[in-house]
Amino acid sequence: MRYQVMTAALAVTTALQFAGPAAATDLEVTHWWTSGGEAAAVAEFAKAFDATGNHWVDGAIAGSGGTARPIMISRITGGDPMGATQFNHGRQAEELVQAGLMRDLTDLATRDKWAEIVQPKSLLDGCTLDGKIYCVPVNIHSWQWLWLSNAAFEKAGVPVPKNWNEYVAAAPALEKAGIIPLALGGQPWQSSGAFDVLLTAVGGTDTFLKVYRDKDAEFAAGPEVAKVFKAADDARKMAKNTNVQDWNQATNLVISAKAGGQIMGDWAQGEFQVAGQTAGKDYTCLPGLGLNEVIATGGDAFYFPLLQDAEKSKAQEALAETLLDPKTQVAFNLKKGSLPVRGDIDLKAANDCMKKGLDILAKGSVMPWTDQLLSQDTQKQKEDLFSEFFAKPDMTVEEAQKRFADIVASAD
Amino acid sequence: MSKSERPNQLFRNLNAKVASIPMVLTALVIFVGGSAWTVLYSFTNSKLLPRLNFVGLDQYYRLWSTPRWLVSIENLLVYGVLSLVFSLVIGFLLAALLDQKIRFEDTFRTIFLYPFALSFIVTGLVWQWLLNPEFGIQGVVRGLGWESFNFDPLYNSDIVIYGILIAALWQGTGLIMCLMLAGLRGIDEDIWKAARVDGIPTLKTYLFIIIPMMRPVFITALVIIAAGIVKVYDLVVAQTSGGPGIASEVPAKYVYDYMFFAQNLGQGFAASTMMLLSVVVVIVPWAYLEFGGKKRG
Repeated sequence: MRYQVMTAALAVTTALQFAGPAAATDLEVTHWWTSGGEAAAVAEFAKAFDATGNHWVDGAIAGSGGTARPIMISRITGGDPMGATQFNHGRQAEELVQAGLMRDLTDLATRDKWAEIVQPKSLLDGCTLDGKIYCVPVNIHSWQWLWLSNAAFEKAGVPVPKNWNEYVAAAPALEKAGIIPLALGGQPWQSSGAFDVLLTAVGGTDTFLKVYRDKDAEFAAGPEVAKVFKAADDARKMAKNTNVQDWNQATNLVISAKAGGQIMGDWAQGEFQVAGQTAGKDYTCLPGLGLNEVIATGGDAFYFPLLQDAEKSKAQEALAETLLDPKTQVAFNLKKGSLPVRGDIDLKAANDCMKKGLDILAKGSVMPWTDQLLSQDTQKQKEDLFSEFFAKPDMTVEEAQKRFADIVASAD
Repeated sequence: MSKSERPNQLFRNLNAKVASIPMVLTALVIFVGGSAWTVLYSFTNSKLLPRLNFVGLDQYYRLWSTPRWLVSIENLLVYGVLSLVFSLVIGFLLAALLDQKIRFEDTFRTIFLYPFALSFIVTGLVWQWLLNPEFGIQGVVRGLGWESFNFDPLYNSDIVIYGILIAALWQGTGLIMCLMLAGLRGIDEDIWKAARVDGIPTLKTYLFIIIPMMRPVFITALVIIAAGIVKVYDLVVAQTSGGPGIASEVPAKYVYDYMFFAQNLGQGFAASTMMLLSVVVVIVPWAYLEFGGKKRG
């Protein structure tokens, strides 16, 4: 139990001992970017930071955020903080900030005018607590994307769908051709995220906010949300033959046309890119499942634990500047498949899917995501519910909705 | 004994007493103190960081109305009872067979004990592959021609816990076998000879003479197995990570997930207190019978 985290943390720290000589100031940066596309993107940060005369000590923790966050948190609370660490901005690090373990970046932010350069504004809100800024947003990641394999639909003899409803209608044809209609990995956060996407797409932005922001349990038990559960039931039937765990394995099913599509955030795009596929030709992306084109301004941010060492504190400032630098932003986000946090940079090299995202962003169709609205506790309960729902075909839609409403009622 | 010698009692074996102080302190501060701290904070609404903000039994009410916790308890019961019975039975049978003065005994003993050298994580991964329907046992048997052969416990919510049980037995019975074998070797040859002279059949000799004589060995084996059952965690993580859905969740995993993933220490502490309680419920009556009884007798 607790010993598990200790060993994991220990393993990570010992692994780090091997990294790099200590000529410049070493700054250890922990993150959970380990898939092919992600690793390529984070290497851009490391390169840019090393160019400032400091040294990026990579502290990648494999196994997605769910595994990495407990390790990061126990290192910070246990008195062995790293130089900087990734979190999804919002409420994940809320208590660490309240406990005074994170560095206040307000001075730096005023000096470099973050308030002016960071777009949309809500990103910086996610980093702000009691008027002080505690993190540097580095990208915008939105969950609401449907990735479709053009080859799979060609094989099944149906046109590539333009929205969720067409996709559901095409499922029997895909199945007949021996293709899994929907790839959905077994990790709990994937099923829970897929439901949230259906909630925004099928239910609409207002429904989403009413459930997760206002925490209206009565509404969550009502007919509007029942429609979403109906769609989730469709998704469950379409995904029943996926026998993979990790999200990138599921994405690979789509890349290799073994599966028709996947509901996954725009980080999946990095995988298509690594596989050498072209948006529009080999795969199709539908933001908001083609029903409700909005972008949730979730994403990744770097937090800086409060350090005693003056040298390292200075290096932290250098890193914060590097992360927001226009050149690094372009290089990183192109590789990562995410959207930049600055409105004033040119992404000529962006592919079709990213351009769609940028357009939506420019139109201002943005909304907050669960990381900002719900506590980790509530998120975990949701994950338990939806991983059970998606794995258990005999669990009725009504029962699931009732339990969902209970979670919303006790949410914080 | 004269009166003046009494105070010396305290200083008898002084070296041994001084030497045991660190362990006594460790036991008191870390085990007892840590447990007490956990129980105390299970009555608070601590989230990521422990805070003394008491909410009474709220965490426990929530715990016992959580489907995932109930599934975990059910799994632990099924896994616990079956692994206890099968470990003892298989372990004893293997030991009894090895004890028949067979050839290559050392080789067999090594083979049976070998899995114990692997960690639960490795065991879990190996069995995850073996039980994978496409590459594992099912795939091989289907490849041999039995097309309708179906054996995919890890992907079936109803029987997934048995898939985990198989791996646990494979890993653990070797050790139990060795304990039993040591016990069997400890039985005096003369007892066997006497039983044979009296014309008692071998099976009856085992059941009514040998096994009762091996009581201490059985108790040791029982404690080792029981401790392994309550803390089962890594095997589940490696084999299924609790899936499909929440079908193979166990209490230790609930504690870990809620303490660290959900950043809800209060809930995790409440669950671990329940685990502690279940151990106490088993251990206390047993210890009372075992040690209390001896003093009276």
